[in-house]
Amino acid sequence: MSHAPKIRLEHVEKKYPGSRTPAVEDLSLEVEEGEILVLVGPSGCGKSTTLRLVNRMIEPTGGTIHLDDEDVTSVNADRLRRRMGYVIQQVGLFPHQSIAQNIATVPSMLGWDRARVSERVDELLTMVGLDPETYRDRYPRELSGGQAQRVGVARALGADPEIMLMDEPFGAIDPITRERLQNEFLRLQAELRKTIVFVTHDIDEAIRMGDRIAILGERSHIRQIDTPERILAFPVDDFVRDFIGSGSTLKGLQFEVVDDAVELDPYPTMGVDDDPARALRAAQDANAAYVLLLDETGRPTRWLSVEDLESAERVTAESGTEVLAKVELGATLFEALEQMLISAAAVACVVRDDGSLYGVVRLTHLNRVIRQARVEAREHYERIGAAS
Amino acid sequence: MDGITSWITYVSGRPDEILATTWDHARIVLVVVLGATLFSVVLGVVVHRHPTARALALAISGIFLTIPSLALFAIFIPLVGIGNTPAMLALFLYAILPILRNTVTGLDSVPAAVVESARGMGMGPVRQLLRIRLPLAWPVVMAGVRVSSLITVGIAAIAVLVGGDGLGEYIQGGLTRLGLPNSLESVWTGTVFTVLLGLLLDLTFAGVQRATTSKGLRA
Repeated sequence: MSHAPKIRLEHVEKKYPGSRTPAVEDLSLEVEEGEILVLVGPSGCGKSTTLRLVNRMIEPTGGTIHLDDEDVTSVNADRLRRRMGYVIQQVGLFPHQSIAQNIATVPSMLGWDRARVSERVDELLTMVGLDPETYRDRYPRELSGGQAQRVGVARALGADPEIMLMDEPFGAIDPITRERLQNEFLRLQAELRKTIVFVTHDIDEAIRMGDRIAILGERSHIRQIDTPERILAFPVDDFVRDFIGSGSTLKGLQFEVVDDAVELDPYPTMGVDDDPARALRAAQDANAAYVLLLDETGRPTRWLSVEDLESAERVTAESGTEVLAKVELGATLFEALEQMLISAAAVACVVRDDGSLYGVVRLTHLNRVIRQARVEAREHYERIGAAS
Repeated sequence: MDGITSWITYVSGRPDEILATTWDHARIVLVVVLGATLFSVVLGVVVHRHPTARALALAISGIFLTIPSLALFAIFIPLVGIGNTPAMLALFLYAILPILRNTVTGLDSVPAAVVESARGMGMGPVRQLLRIRLPLAWPVVMAGVRVSSLITVGIAAIAVLVGGDGLGEYIQGGLTRLGLPNSLESVWTGTVFTVLLGLLLDLTFAGVQRATTSKGLRA
């Protein structure tokens, strides 16, 4: 069975009259159904142009564009655009229309009846976190930047398109609101499973938003296209490495989680009634500077250093130092690392829902995971290198 | 003081006649402004995105305003005879520039992102124009219409010289009888009612402007 990607660009080219080099040169790209593909690259690389080629806001001068298996390179462009949501950085709400009218733009053009349109408007407002009663009849000038872009997203979702094209949608929004909108959008996408092409110049946004990332160089040449994990673990060349910038290893930790599928190193623990001398021996065997004191329900409570144990006849619930560095099962290694940095023993405790100890994350674990990811990524590229 | 009393006597002696003449004057202005609005908005839309055509249209309609009105009114007599027609043609040419200029300015002021998003959602050029660009330019266009109506009200008083109707009759009638009884009163009547008509029309158009502008565009 041949499985068709949702969007397929083949050898697409855009050459402006009078310019010698094309703005987009021989670009072939596939976007799978339900994924967010992020186009990222330095300014002027043609990423916005590429996005605008998909809905033919810019007409390609060569190549073909397919949606599912349909060639849309020369169908009616207006009708094509009504099938795709389009969100831009400046939002571009219609200032003379109410929020409801704005959101109703495409459904009205498609001839939906009044009742269906107004029902849809309310549904969409709720979906993007705006109360329909309050916002329906307001005008765009009454909205903050973040609210305006929520409406922008709702408007793009108007007629429930299968495809969304987003050109730096959160680029003009303050950092705090931006992060909230990103997270809300990801939650929304988890439900809606739209096929999304997302343009940004911000690699961190790309890493956060993308199921896959295409890093574009000049004239929209794809330098690397892959999952964020793999790009972080194995940048294919200096261009990509420079573009990702420093801290790619740390960023990669956001994609690794500690859940119950992960086996953690054993770590010496004891209860209040246990013999300190035995705990001390266990610590020495495990080459650990600390022993974790657990309460009767198995919750980690205190760090007991080797010195604490050597000097004490018996331990109490007040011995040692308090355990602050805890993450819940399912947390990312990035969160675990953050806790390790503030922990007395340089170790993060992973606890279950009920607070009981699952295990601990030590630096050696991070080290192993990162190296493993790199090896896997390299092997992956060697495999596709050998296959081609 | 005597002047004012005698003017009031003059006016109160012929209210119907004055009102009828004012209405004639108003009718000329309304027809001209309406015609000029239709013409200028269409022309503005057509030339808006073509720099050369746009500069040309604005320059030519600007030149009309510099032609002395007396001459411009007379130019049309050989073509259309005397009466209201030559007067209205001349006034039409005067009324174009403010509306045309404001149409172009208004269309310029439509944010590029708004047009971009309209296009991106699949609105064709005609829909973009009628649903987005013109409604957004409209308050500015209406401001031009108001300027044009004020210009036209004043200049329409000259229509009488080419055989047209309007309040110019009182001014011209008075001036030709200057020194005789009621001559000054007549001139004042023409002048005062022209000004009053101008104010009334401006208020009316201000109301139209307000009523036809979206709440979302009012500051």
